Amino acid sequence: MSQRSAVDLSGLPTFGHGPRSPTWWGTLGFMALEGTGFALAAGAYLYLATLWPNWRLSAPAPNHWPGTIVTLLLVVSLVPNHMLNRYAKQCAMGPVRIGMVVMSLLGIAPLIVRWFEFPALNIYWDTNAYGSMVWVLLGLHTTHLITDVGDTIVLTVLMFTHHGYSGRRYGDVGDNVFYWDFVVLTWIPIYLLIYWLPRLG
Amino acid sequence: MSSADLTSERDLPREREATPRGDIAPERDGPRDTGMDDASLRRWLARTWRTPPGIIGALSSVDHKVIARRYLITAFLFLCLGGLNAVAMRIQLSGPQRGLIGPDLYNQLFTMHGVTMMFLFAVPIVQATGIYLVPLMVGTRNIAFPRLNAFSYWIYVSGGLFAWISFALSMAPDVGWFAYVPLSGPEFGPGKRADVWAQMITYTEVSSLAVAVATIVTVFKQRSPGMSLDKIPLYVWALLVTSFVVVFAMPAVMVTSTFLILDRLVGTHIFNPAEGGDALLFQHLFWFFGHPEVYIIFLPATGMVSAIIPAFARRPMFGHLGLVLSLIAVGFLSFGLWVHHMFATGLPKLGASFFTASSMMIAIPNGVQIFCWLATLWDGRPVIRTPLLFVFGFFFIFVIGGLTGVMLASVPLDLQVHDTYFVVAHFHYVLIGGSVFPLLGAAYFWFPKITGRMMSERLGRWHFWLAMIGFNAAFFPMHIVGLWGMPRRVYTYPAELGWGNINLFITGGAVLFFLSFVLFAFNLVHGALKGAPAGDNPWDAGTLEWATSSPPQSYNFARIPVVTNVEPLWAERAALPVATGLRVDVRELLVSTVAEAHPDIREKSATPSIWPLLAAIAVGGTFLYSIFTPWAIVWGAAPIAITLIGWFWPKGDPEDEE
Amino acid sequence: MKRLASIAFATAIALFLQGCAGWQSALDPKGPAASELAWLIWFFTGLCAVVWVLVMIALAIPLMMRSRVRAEPLVLDAGADSRKLRVVITAVGLTAVILVGLTLLSFFANRTLAAIGSDAVLTIRVTGHQWWWEVRYEDATPSRILTTANEIHIPAGEPVRLLLTSTDVIHSFWVPSLSGKLDLIPGRMNVLDIKADKPGVYRGQCAEFCGAQHANMGTFIIAEPRAKFDAWWNDQLQPAAEPMSDEAKAGEDLFLKRPCVMCHKIGGTPAGGTVAPDLTHVASRQTLAAGTLRMSRGNLAAWIADPQGVKPGSHMPVVQLNGDELNAIVAYLEGLK
Repeated sequence: MSQRSAVDLSGLPTFGHGPRSPTWWGTLGFMALEGTGFALAAGAYLYLATLWPNWRLSAPAPNHWPGTIVTLLLVVSLVPNHMLNRYAKQCAMGPVRIGMVVMSLLGIAPLIVRWFEFPALNIYWDTNAYGSMVWVLLGLHTTHLITDVGDTIVLTVLMFTHHGYSGRRYGDVGDNVFYWDFVVLTWIPIYLLIYWLPRLG
Repeated sequence: MSSADLTSERDLPREREATPRGDIAPERDGPRDTGMDDASLRRWLARTWRTPPGIIGALSSVDHKVIARRYLITAFLFLCLGGLNAVAMRIQLSGPQRGLIGPDLYNQLFTMHGVTMMFLFAVPIVQATGIYLVPLMVGTRNIAFPRLNAFSYWIYVSGGLFAWISFALSMAPDVGWFAYVPLSGPEFGPGKRADVWAQMITYTEVSSLAVAVATIVTVFKQRSPGMSLDKIPLYVWALLVTSFVVVFAMPAVMVTSTFLILDRLVGTHIFNPAEGGDALLFQHLFWFFGHPEVYIIFLPATGMVSAIIPAFARRPMFGHLGLVLSLIAVGFLSFGLWVHHMFATGLPKLGASFFTASSMMIAIPNGVQIFCWLATLWDGRPVIRTPLLFVFGFFFIFVIGGLTGVMLASVPLDLQVHDTYFVVAHFHYVLIGGSVFPLLGAAYFWFPKITGRMMSERLGRWHFWLAMIGFNAAFFPMHIVGLWGMPRRVYTYPAELGWGNINLFITGGAVLFFLSFVLFAFNLVHGALKGAPAGDNPWDAGTLEWATSSPPQSYNFARIPVVTNVEPLWAERAALPVATGLRVDVRELLVSTVAEAHPDIREKSATPSIWPLLAAIAVGGTFLYSIFTPWAIVWGAAPIAITLIGWFWPKGDPEDEE
Repeated sequence: MKRLASIAFATAIALFLQGCAGWQSALDPKGPAASELAWLIWFFTGLCAVVWVLVMIALAIPLMMRSRVRAEPLVLDAGADSRKLRVVITAVGLTAVILVGLTLLSFFANRTLAAIGSDAVLTIRVTGHQWWWEVRYEDATPSRILTTANEIHIPAGEPVRLLLTSTDVIHSFWVPSLSGKLDLIPGRMNVLDIKADKPGVYRGQCAEFCGAQHANMGTFIIAEPRAKFDAWWNDQLQPAAEPMSDEAKAGEDLFLKRPCVMCHKIGGTPAGGTVAPDLTHVASRQTLAAGTLRMSRGNLAAWIADPQGVKPGSHMPVVQLNGDELNAIVAYLEGLK
């Protein structure tokens, strides 16, 4: 059909940060579905915990210290994470590179402590359903952590190449910041469920 | 609203002024479409947006239409396989104590029928229709995250092949499509059959989730200038709501199947009541997904009905806003009814009554939709063509299914009919009436757009009547035999119960219904090869997909249309307003704001890539391996990481760099 | 059609089953719960039929209209649309009223059903197994506790409480002419109250898919007058009948020497297995293998000789027996009235 020109798009920018960018919305979508998965796993844990009056099923209480250290590390990492976000918005290459390296290290650190969390649960996954659920919850979040740290490291390397000098890459850094917030946020309820809920019983 | 408003400064987000001037390589500009003559514009766009030649090129394609066509054909093949399963079962049940098929094969047959129809046909085909149509209807050049979309197809195909190769090896799941524990658990489900079920779920859900995210972002961010929320076509709304339901429902079944495979493979006790687990937890988790699943299949079909009716009633949909709100309400309510699948498990009575009320309540927004469609049809005499015939068939069948659904919502009544052929009849009325009939109508409606040719109207009418008669003959008597006490999932029944004659009649209907699909397949092939040329807009419909050529070019629209009405082609009959200013030498498309669809960014869309296929092979191989050992996750991590890095690492295309 | 099937069925009973098998239909209620439910089914069906017909009429109206096909799609008649809006709102309102009515109706029906078992006289524990039913009559006196399989005798006209559970997978207990179904779930206990108005045999079967032989997991409720029921209970409490013939005696010896004893119990003999049906009074039952075969000498032989042919996938193994041995065991079991 015939056409008439009505709108001129030529002056539009070629990238945008945050909610202006489709990638941000995609990241949000994946957070929504992962968050639902976490919520359902936590729901399953609570369901079993309310079903059995003697929850923890006479298993010993977990040692919360490794988990508490992970929690502190994750919470502290939010500060450099948001500084990085500000530099990404300014498209400032030097600080972004430093920030990415810091965030990679701050991602690896809790993973190392996480290694000690599993034995600190004081139960195996195949002992009983309580053991299964705490391992599943911790395992889910560990997978989450590993994938995001892997992603962060790859992006860090990328920012040290000439590919880094593009608005799109700074946007990726921003989305990485956004996702790390989510990784930290999902940990808090899981931390409480694993280490503190069984102590109530 | 005049088109001049669309780019006025006052409406643009404030951030735009703060466009950073940091450490960025300067944008290399290229030729724009502004003022370019039509022939050179089309030459440029065809070169930029084409799928590369050759096999590698075809496997690298990221064109949403190419991917959608593959999805549609694959899903249709799975429909045929699932249909053959059904015919085999019906022949076994055509008389009492028939020895044609033994229980081992029969149990695999009905399980494969269920999983094929739900996970390999219904969900993929409604999503595939969306993959094809949503970008066209919102007036953009490709779906958001095109490589993710390509990846989703490869994962879907590997999941389907995995299930059907298992069936060929007599290793198919035999525990029903909802695979309740403990029957599917480590103690009572020996062999690998239940693992095949669990991992096939993982494949297909990964695929659906990827498509859902791509669809949501396409609708939110890639709409044509001017397509504010109130001007989004109802079909696109339906797909948007469906995608949200997918995002919040599918994780539940992935959690369920993961828990199951953990119980089976590494000895966890999540569903084992002897060690503090619970068998009913599985049902809660499964149906938290399973009920929304029905709406995942049904809502896109309502979108199709909402697209077909205005074209043949010759007016915009009556109650557009009401329909949008109903879609959203159904999406929300679909999460509040899962327990009505579990009334027979002996839940506390008060809780059960709550779910009766919520299950009844969902009939209200569905009622609103039906009344608005009817009211639209009342405006003058509609043009009766095959797509509309199938919509009439939809009303005839789906309303029965909806009403028997109201019966099932009642706790006491459900206790008599639950898990009987009454329920089998009910959900086939809902799913075939509510989804397959609209899909068939949609096939006739959009076939000209996809192929550029019309399907035969005469064969279409034959097809419609054969399908109507076959369907009702096959499924209506099931209500009766269910009330006579016939449970579902039995491979045989004793002669004394007197169910023989009615089952023979049902089998006859099932064969007729199957033949209607043979006729449909013939009409598809015949239409594609010999159908009359369709032209751009054979039905004189009003939405944007009809503004481009049939079939659409790789770039969809030579110039991005500007939308001024919910039926833009009816409102702008003289000349369609378009936007200009995009680059034509790279894959540039328009990103707009979420609510008002103001132009915001000239975004680059991903180029063809083989990496999504390689990533799908790595991921699929890991899933397959994981039914044998949990270490598969460890071994699979490296290839998955490598292929994903290959996928996302910039290759120096302008699309990657800017 | 149903009438025809009923006649055919009645004939079948007369000819083959001496009137001892039961019809299995939710529309043929024989107890208060099923009657309430049948009424509910008919009411819902009638109301739904009316609604469906109204919708179909509304759909047919535009097809009957003599008006012309609209030419200009965007030119609408505002008056007509506002009239339509009123019709649509009214229809939605009526839908809501009907749904609220049906919700209340089903709520009160549920209350009626719950009241049936409030004064149950008898408690029977029914345990689901792949693919048979273990039936245990509870009693305050331990010596009166009775275990049998697949057939549940109850006193007619008296409410009976069934405690439902499972030791393997999920099953569902369903005797449609008496009551709705309820699941048997491992690790849980469900309570189902039933009552048969009149003496009779009511067939039921498992209604939750439970594996290979889900189709052949039948059960019978046999309602009898109180006196007959009490006599039956007393008979069942007796140890197994002594073999009457030499052949039967040989059969007993064989039974006790062969793997049969690993799974089956026969009261009064060393056979004490509990993973399969109790055979103490097996010949007093009307069917074999959970309703798969009628009880007869021939069917007993067929079932023992080829369990996987009769009920493929069942947990009854093939025990190698020659013809004489098979006859002997059948003769023995046949005497266990």
